[in-house]
Amino acid sequence: MNSPLLRLENIHKNFGDLEVLKGIDLTLEKGKKVAVIGPSGCGKSTLLRCINYMEIPSSGHIYMEGELFGEKKLNNTFGKLNSKELAKQRSQIGMVFQSFNLWPHLTAINNVALGPTVVNQMPKNEAYELAKSMIEKVHLTPKINEYPERLSGGQQQRVAIARALAQQPKLMLFDEPTSALDPELIGEVLNVIQELASEGRSMVLVTHEINFARELADHIIFLHDGIIIEEGPPSEVIDNPKNERLKTFLNQIVKT
Amino acid sequence: MLTELLNKVYELGTPLLFGAITTVTLTLSSLVLAIILGLVLALIRLLNIKVVNALISTFVEIFRNTPVLAQLFILYFGLPYMGIKISPFLAATIGLSLNGGALLSEVFRAGLSAIHFGQRESALSVGMTPWMSLRYIILPQTWRITLPPIGNYAIALLKDTAVVSAIAAPEIMFYARNLVTRTFDTTFIYILAALLYFCLSFPLARIVDRFERNQKVWQ
Repeated sequence: MNSPLLRLENIHKNFGDLEVLKGIDLTLEKGKKVAVIGPSGCGKSTLLRCINYMEIPSSGHIYMEGELFGEKKLNNTFGKLNSKELAKQRSQIGMVFQSFNLWPHLTAINNVALGPTVVNQMPKNEAYELAKSMIEKVHLTPKINEYPERLSGGQQQRVAIARALAQQPKLMLFDEPTSALDPELIGEVLNVIQELASEGRSMVLVTHEINFARELADHIIFLHDGIIIEEGPPSEVIDNPKNERLKTFLNQIVKT
Repeated sequence: MLTELLNKVYELGTPLLFGAITTVTLTLSSLVLAIILGLVLALIRLLNIKVVNALISTFVEIFRNTPVLAQLFILYFGLPYMGIKISPFLAATIGLSLNGGALLSEVFRAGLSAIHFGQRESALSVGMTPWMSLRYIILPQTWRITLPPIGNYAIALLKDTAVVSAIAAPEIMFYARNLVTRTFDTTFIYILAALLYFCLSFPLARIVDRFERNQKVWQ
């Protein structure tokens, strides 16, 4: 039996008294793309951050290829992973952040090559070859030796994508990858994501770019107040929404 | 007239130069120890263990809010009562290291908190352990932020070592005072000592200035 690439099982997340996620179930088959949409504060970023345990879910479980993620079974209970075990699991998931989070003290190529060298203990020359090919993938070969400070937002985000790809992840997470960008720079980042998608990579994308989500995703999730209100293929969720709140949300997005 | 002056400088300057060796050794050793102590304290604080943090801030506040001279006296004259006898140099090193460690822990704390939490998150997301993210991402950036204040502290420390002459550690001011009691050439000797401090401190100050100017550039 083939297990799905990713399965979330009744994920809850509280910050103090505030319940941000109220029971999320989600299944992602290998090669598929899910886009999560919803108004600000609906918990979509938190959901994404729970997937690689950047936030630890308050309850519920995550499975990758049928294996428990971020936890381990101890007899009949679930136990925490130590930081090494968690790091090893996290390296299978690439994450791209809204604010890029490149490391300013390293050049573009070093940003990409550092993970392979210290996490996978790849020999330096091999890691650099890998990093070069990843930077080529995001079309930034001429900027390979620049520091992030000298790159535009769009270029920084593409380096960040290359950095995530260098771990050869089974799954890519995008947390509003274009929200911090000037409008004229959004296209170049979306193009790169589109190219990765056409390579058959599995992705979860949190975005406000509804048109992009429609083109890219096999499955759309509309999140509101920490629960999934409506989900399905883009042709249903975006083009024929049933839920009133989803309709309002889509109308507002189109207007702005 | 000139030869006379040069002779005098040579005669009085030689013992001061011996003192300078102690001054430099004392500055370097207590600087290194203070940096290590300050960094370790700042890192432990990040773990956010309430009791431990309270202990550390008590330590920091005590050393920040009492005179170094008092701290040195307590170490040097107080410890023998507890059966621990230490040399003036060792007492001076310990005293200045503890004092500097307390000060620098605040510098490192500010430096660490200036680094956006996203830096750590992106490190974790590529599969680094928290230790790796500290080693390869956080500390190199902290180091660049804190280098100028550490440099300024080093300059201040070099001159503040003068205070340890009070517990008879054989540095510049200790020799200067001995020479004064021997020759009564007060003004001349202290000017000579001041010049010596200047010669040690000025190059250091220039280096620190350069670091400050280059701080923003990540090359």
